Amino acid sequence: MRYGYYPGCSLERNAIAYHQSAVAVAPQLGIELNEIDDWNCCGATEYSSIDLIPAYALIARNLALAEQQQDENGGQLVAPCSACFLNLSKADHYMAEAPDLAEKVNDALSAGGLHYDPGSIQVRHLLDVIVNDVGYDAIKAKVSKPLSGLRVAPYYGCLIVRPGYQAFDDPEYPTSLDKLMRVLGAEVVDYPLKTHCCGGHMTQISRPTALELIRRLLKNAADYEADAIVTVCPMCQLNLDAFQADVNRFFGTDFHIPVLYFTQLIGVALNISPVELGFGKEFVDARPALDKIGTGSPPTGRRRRSREKGLPMPTMSEEG
Amino acid sequence: MSEERVGVYICHCGTNIAGTVDVEDVARWAGEQPHVVVARDYKFMCSSLGQELIEKDIKEFGLTRVVVASCSPHMHEKTFRGACERAGLNPFLFEMANIREQDSWATNDRKAATQKAKALVKAAIERVIHHEPLDPLQVEINSSTLIVGGGIAGITAALELANAGYHVYLVEREPSIGGHMAQLDKTFPTLDCSACILTPKMVEVDQHPNITLLSYSEVEKVEGHLGDFTVTVRKKARHVIEDLCTGCGECERRCPKRVIDNSFEAGLGFRKAIYRPFPQAVPKYPVIDTDNCLWFQIGKCRVCERFCPTGAIDYEQQDELLEIKVGNIILATGYKLFDPRRIPQYGYGRLANVFTSLEFERMVNAAGPTGGRIVLRDGETEPKSVAIIHCVGSRDRNYNEYCSKVCCMYSLKFAHLVHERLPEAEVYNFYIDIRTPGKGYEEFYHRLLEEGTHFIRGRVAEVTDAARQPGEEGKLIVQVEDTLIGKQRRIPVDMVILSAGLEAQPDAREVAQKFGLGCDANGFFVERHPKLDPVATMTDGVFIAGTCQGPRDIPDTVAQGAAAAARIASLISQRVVQMEPVRAHIDEDLCSGCRICNDLCPYNAIVYHEDRQVSEVITALCQGCGACVAACPSGAITEAHFTDEQIMSEIEGILWDVRPQGAHEAALA
Repeated sequence: MRYGYYPGCSLERNAIAYHQSAVAVAPQLGIELNEIDDWNCCGATEYSSIDLIPAYALIARNLALAEQQQDENGGQLVAPCSACFLNLSKADHYMAEAPDLAEKVNDALSAGGLHYDPGSIQVRHLLDVIVNDVGYDAIKAKVSKPLSGLRVAPYYGCLIVRPGYQAFDDPEYPTSLDKLMRVLGAEVVDYPLKTHCCGGHMTQISRPTALELIRRLLKNAADYEADAIVTVCPMCQLNLDAFQADVNRFFGTDFHIPVLYFTQLIGVALNISPVELGFGKEFVDARPALDKIGTGSPPTGRRRRSREKGLPMPTMSEEG
Repeated sequence: MSEERVGVYICHCGTNIAGTVDVEDVARWAGEQPHVVVARDYKFMCSSLGQELIEKDIKEFGLTRVVVASCSPHMHEKTFRGACERAGLNPFLFEMANIREQDSWATNDRKAATQKAKALVKAAIERVIHHEPLDPLQVEINSSTLIVGGGIAGITAALELANAGYHVYLVEREPSIGGHMAQLDKTFPTLDCSACILTPKMVEVDQHPNITLLSYSEVEKVEGHLGDFTVTVRKKARHVIEDLCTGCGECERRCPKRVIDNSFEAGLGFRKAIYRPFPQAVPKYPVIDTDNCLWFQIGKCRVCERFCPTGAIDYEQQDELLEIKVGNIILATGYKLFDPRRIPQYGYGRLANVFTSLEFERMVNAAGPTGGRIVLRDGETEPKSVAIIHCVGSRDRNYNEYCSKVCCMYSLKFAHLVHERLPEAEVYNFYIDIRTPGKGYEEFYHRLLEEGTHFIRGRVAEVTDAARQPGEEGKLIVQVEDTLIGKQRRIPVDMVILSAGLEAQPDAREVAQKFGLGCDANGFFVERHPKLDPVATMTDGVFIAGTCQGPRDIPDTVAQGAAAAARIASLISQRVVQMEPVRAHIDEDLCSGCRICNDLCPYNAIVYHEDRQVSEVITALCQGCGACVAACPSGAITEAHFTDEQIMSEIEGILWDVRPQGAHEAALA
């Protein structure tokens, strides 16, 4: 399976662990990632609310490049970063919907000798590719070091399943990452805030607001006794990881929850060395969580009530 | 043919037709057409004066054919055929042109409408000339009736017919009749006990000499037609010999295997592996659930056999196939509750104290798993606050677009029951609109307003246990936009009840196919006419009643059950009914015996005679669909009233103004 790879700016700097782990697991899953030659920034979450046409032109330049380099990517473009994924999807979607927008954007692109036909590139998130193209069964077959005993809170963030674009999972309550983690052998805790906002760049605008949003997410994971939060987005990872100490200072809390990329955990389950997967770059130490895997400590059966007196819980249809 | 004398009548239908079509011009023009002896326009052709006009003309002018251009044949074909018959003309020498639904109602363009009316009238004239006199088919009506589904709709219909002296076979899939109504606690708005009003009727069914109750049974196959259906019923093995069982219940008490009861107790309670769904079950005989019985699963136990005082347990019992003959069928197969697991953000199945409406019905029921105590999932704690969320799975484009009709009222009932049992508890109703049309319903709503229920208008976004603010710890938080004050609110509560909507049974489409019915987009059975014929279907002799046709409450369901019974009683008392003689017929001299038609017939009405190597249509089974007629490569099959000649002439007629090039434009210019 061949794909164009659009790492985005984050994956070159703060989220380099995401890049390293993605690149490390891809070949093992039969994924060939060919980085788009000469790609540029997607404009992040802000640019499109300031000036639409240049913002879309900025994004569409990458789509145009991908279209030019179709031989290497087969018309499919994978973005591991959720913001990049949404921006690329959005630009493609709105250009297809509004021909006058497409015309203006292409006008701008023509200055660089480029052109993009909306719809010609399929934008995919890395999670989508892994769960749907590779598939749970194929991954399960490759797991050599199951994450037994590790309790993870699956955190999707607010960007990847917005209805209307390329949603590959339920927009209200996605479960694809839950299933993937179960396939890897991890214990998945219910994480009701799984699609809530991490604050985005609010840390730079209104610190108290951002810290409160981050606190809610950390608290929910702590309430469910998660050993780690697993994420699919560099922004989410940054906020929950780098600002965890700030949250603790600000609210007087004491959270120590490592925030890991899902590709890192896939890598662990495939028995790839932690260094290759970019471990050690996180602020909140992931070692206690990693130590749990393989220690073979049996699940403690937390949160289980005596059923004798109580009323039975409704059974859930087969999950994962 | 040249001597046929045709009368043409153009109806104004008040202004319905005359407002758009120049009826006088059409009548004048029709009078000039070949064969037409008289052409008139009249204000209301369907009035008795209009009909008398036709009768008089038939006699005076010696008409041999009649055409009426008015509304749809669905409305008045029968009326005008009757007029012809009274004047001594065979009713099938009449043809109707629909210039209302297919013309005047479809456009405001007077010129085009008038032109189309002429085309439709011309088609009818050309067609009617080729009509042949036909005699209606006579069908004898078997006085027995099959009723499928033993809920309150089926029970009502069965008792009505049985009391009228006719035999009824009542088939129920579950081990007991009673349906959903048997599960409910109180019924709105009068709050009388559901079981108290239902069980006497169940007993009456059990004891009625005219009712054969086939519980734990399903219909396998249906053949035949109005008046004469042959139905195969699979009587599933109960593993209990009904003739020996006294219903003492000793087997249930002794059975060591406890199973969560997902059916009658809606998953909130337990039953044994040998069980009756509830103490008042009808019939009183238990069944063995072989998926959970230790003997069937691991080959050990046989405790029920050991303790049965009458030796009624039979592990070897097999399913039985019964063939029954009936004249009519009523489907009263009911509904299924929407499964709220499909809306994961409401937490059902994840958050312990989120309940479905049916679970709550069982909980407040004095005979239910908690003995009527309202408690949280731990079985002990009484909630101090309860949220009731309306429209779960209803009025929602992601699930079902329709309104489930009963949820507002039962949600109000729930609120009342919480107030009654837990006077200190706060009760919140989250609604989009409160819909309480019905006798005494709006008054019930007002009563709840006075009882102090909080009504919050807004569709709930999510139910979560992720506490954010003080006071939310350990609670379920209902996140909602209160649309009356335009603000987001978070309401912490102890218990959430999801007022789930009503859905068609998961196998409704299969059942519909079995009985030759249609289903709407939501899987509910389609009635013959939404207003004027709500219990009949497009298949003669098959009727529908209750929630299998669409969401409705108990009074409406009972009314439909009785209505379906009345329709059937009327058919039975006629003994013989007349049916359209529109049937296919194979000319054996032309039939090549290719058998293409055999498999094509959806009613299995064509048999093949090996000896003569020809096919034959069994007239009694044929429904006149015409599939075989169109498919026959030898042109050996004709359908009465739809012969090739008739159809071709009709087409020629409708194209009268376009045959010479440019005539159409010339006429419109």
